[in-house]
Amino acid sequence: MPLLEVEAVSKSFRGLRAVAEATFSVERDTISALIGPNGAGKTTLFNLIAGMYRPDAGEIRLRGRGIGGLPAHRVCKAGIARTFQLVRPFDDLSVLDNAVVGALNTERTVAGARARARAVLGHLGLGDKMSLIASHLTLADRRRLEVARAVATRPALLLLDEVMAGLRPGEVDELVAMLRTAQREEGMTILLTEHVMRAVLALADQIVVLHHGEVIARGAPAAVLREPAVLESYLGEDALDGAGV
Amino acid sequence: MTAVRRRGRVALIGAVVALAIALPFVANSYILSVVTLALYLAYAGQAWNVMMGFAGQLSLGHSLYVGLGAYASAGLFSHFQIGPWAGVWLAIILCTAAGAFIGALAFRLRISGVQLSLLTIAFAELARIGFDHLDWLGGPGGLFLRVAERNSVDLLGFRGPPAMYYYTILVLVGGALGLCSWLFRRRAGYYWRAIREDEAAAQSLGIDVFRWKLYAVALSSAMTAVAGVFFAFYYNNLFPEQIFSFGRSIEIILGPVVGGVGTLLGPIVGAGAIVVLGDGTTELMNRIGLDIPGGKQVIHGLLLLLVTIYLPEGLWPPLARALGVAPRRL
Repeated sequence: MPLLEVEAVSKSFRGLRAVAEATFSVERDTISALIGPNGAGKTTLFNLIAGMYRPDAGEIRLRGRGIGGLPAHRVCKAGIARTFQLVRPFDDLSVLDNAVVGALNTERTVAGARARARAVLGHLGLGDKMSLIASHLTLADRRRLEVARAVATRPALLLLDEVMAGLRPGEVDELVAMLRTAQREEGMTILLTEHVMRAVLALADQIVVLHHGEVIARGAPAAVLREPAVLESYLGEDALDGAGV
Repeated sequence: MTAVRRRGRVALIGAVVALAIALPFVANSYILSVVTLALYLAYAGQAWNVMMGFAGQLSLGHSLYVGLGAYASAGLFSHFQIGPWAGVWLAIILCTAAGAFIGALAFRLRISGVQLSLLTIAFAELARIGFDHLDWLGGPGGLFLRVAERNSVDLLGFRGPPAMYYYTILVLVGGALGLCSWLFRRRAGYYWRAIREDEAAAQSLGIDVFRWKLYAVALSSAMTAVAGVFFAFYYNNLFPEQIFSFGRSIEIILGPVVGGVGTLLGPIVGAGAIVVLGDGTTELMNRIGLDIPGGKQVIHGLLLLLVTIYLPEGLWPPLARALGVAPRRL
């Protein structure tokens, strides 16, 4: 049984169809990338999975259990954590306290949560910045903190919404390496949306291509990126150049 | 923290506590009444700070809980001779229920920010008008308690000399400070601060935002209820027009705002500054023969203005740094 199953999920906003009968699944212990041009419905689909929106139709299942329409905190308790495209760390809190809030999701005591938060921050290269106030971090560090806070909740499935956006190539490679390590050590499954093809190609075992809210292709990266429909809709001109493919 | 700094801190706390305990023996009755008022505002401010400083929910209607708590205990006392030690529980239950009701209403309807504070004002006004028509509790003419015997102590009925009230409110301030600093380090402290910073992000991390906001409002209103009971038995007279007034709510907020919203000691430092400057200056002007009506309010306004412009963090954080202790941010 796949870890996550998205089946014929649709969502409209005032008649505008953002997601149209999207169907795909994510296997345990893999990294999947959800790609597509701007406005393809990637973030909407994320918000549907994470419980920020309720699907108009269709089913979302985690480990076979329906989670579509549950409120966000219940989805998190069920085992899905997410990051936000526009990072939203708790600005007035220290880096450590940010991660502690996440760790309290599964830890029973504050002491336990602090220990877990320290470990996760270490994995994401924030070990020496734990006492800083979150608002004082650079963008790259804020993104890492956003990931650390979500990982600290001990999710089965981690949703990453464009965590590479705005990072320099060197920073992208660093974060890619950290995500790989974290995924292996935590035994997590990752679903990410990404514009940075460099990161997608380095990470993804599976690619799902979304266009006008519909899934137009999915499968192994090499195969998917050769499909004419994908090339036409999305990778067309500049994306290919930017990716260095 | 280094040993020297820790010793400095212990010495500072020791000195403050010793001074606080000794005060009734060294100060005259005027000073004692001013300090009692400051402590009352510090306590109520600490209670308000649980909702705003911790959880980021702005209430501008905390006079509702002061009034409900005061009337509940005073009503029991004057009609049934049931003392405040029992009455305080009725006050707490009533205020917690009122707070939970307003909170649930607001948070279910996703009311927050300015709208939430308007709603809290509306409920305080509603109570003011309601109690004006409640003749059983005195209506607009007021509810009066038998004035305390000033030289005998009746602990059971909570009637006695000013020093008794002073020590009571001192213990309440200490207790509220202890409770807040304990909660700060618990799950509740982390969850409330996360909600204050970003509700959607907090929810995405598994926090039931509705429930934890409700806890904050309930605790804040329960704590404020006790302030109301104290008020009733200290001042012995209650008028809906005064106790539920918007001004009373603002008075409660001034302490934490001037001292530092979201700090543990801000409400105490701020309340102290407000009362000392407000009443101190009024007293000084009376001595030199100047009697300006509303002078105290003008000084409060000026203080608030200056703090907002020059010390947006409030008085306590810079003061703490000057004293060499780290201000604890909630």
